[in-house]
Amino acid sequence: MPATAAGRAQAPVSPLLICLAAWIVPGAGHLWLGRRQKGLVFLLVPTLMFAFGLWLEGRLFPFEPSQPLVALAALADLGIGLPYLLARALGAGAGRVVALTYEYGNTFVIVAGLLNVLVVLDAFDTATGRK
Amino acid sequence: MLIFSLGVSVVFAVLMRDEPRDQLRLGARLFAGFVGVGLLMGWLLYPLPL
Repeated sequence: MPATAAGRAQAPVSPLLICLAAWIVPGAGHLWLGRRQKGLVFLLVPTLMFAFGLWLEGRLFPFEPSQPLVALAALADLGIGLPYLLARALGAGAGRVVALTYEYGNTFVIVAGLLNVLVVLDAFDTATGRK
Repeated sequence: MLIFSLGVSVVFAVLMRDEPRDQLRLGARLFAGFVGVGLLMGWLLYPLPL
């Protein structure tokens, strides 16, 4: 249903710009498009899941092309955007393999990134009037 | 598992539905499904040796 007032008001904004904002700050794309409720949920939930994963001693995987699964996990981690970059800058996400919660933490971090990728795609659909 | 299911259910429900009432209904169904399947899989895999 593209014919919302918010959709019409934001029509001149490039969908790619919306996607970039949605990737960098989870939920920013929806907030920009006037979808406040969705934007706030997408800002809070994936970000909290990412932080929870780091608290559970999950790891931010490095980009290692020689290890395809590690590289895919790194791509998924990157999906959360700014929280990933901040965590990297602060030296978080080293991961402790012997910790009981290590794999749980990895799961939270990876899934948070993947959820934000879905949010970015939804923001694109909304910006282009497909939803 | 409960926290994970809650987070994923909330995001999926808000992505897939526009009305808060529909979001709540879908979110509850997804949450129940995640937890139920998680427990079922746990019981099914329990006899398997590591």
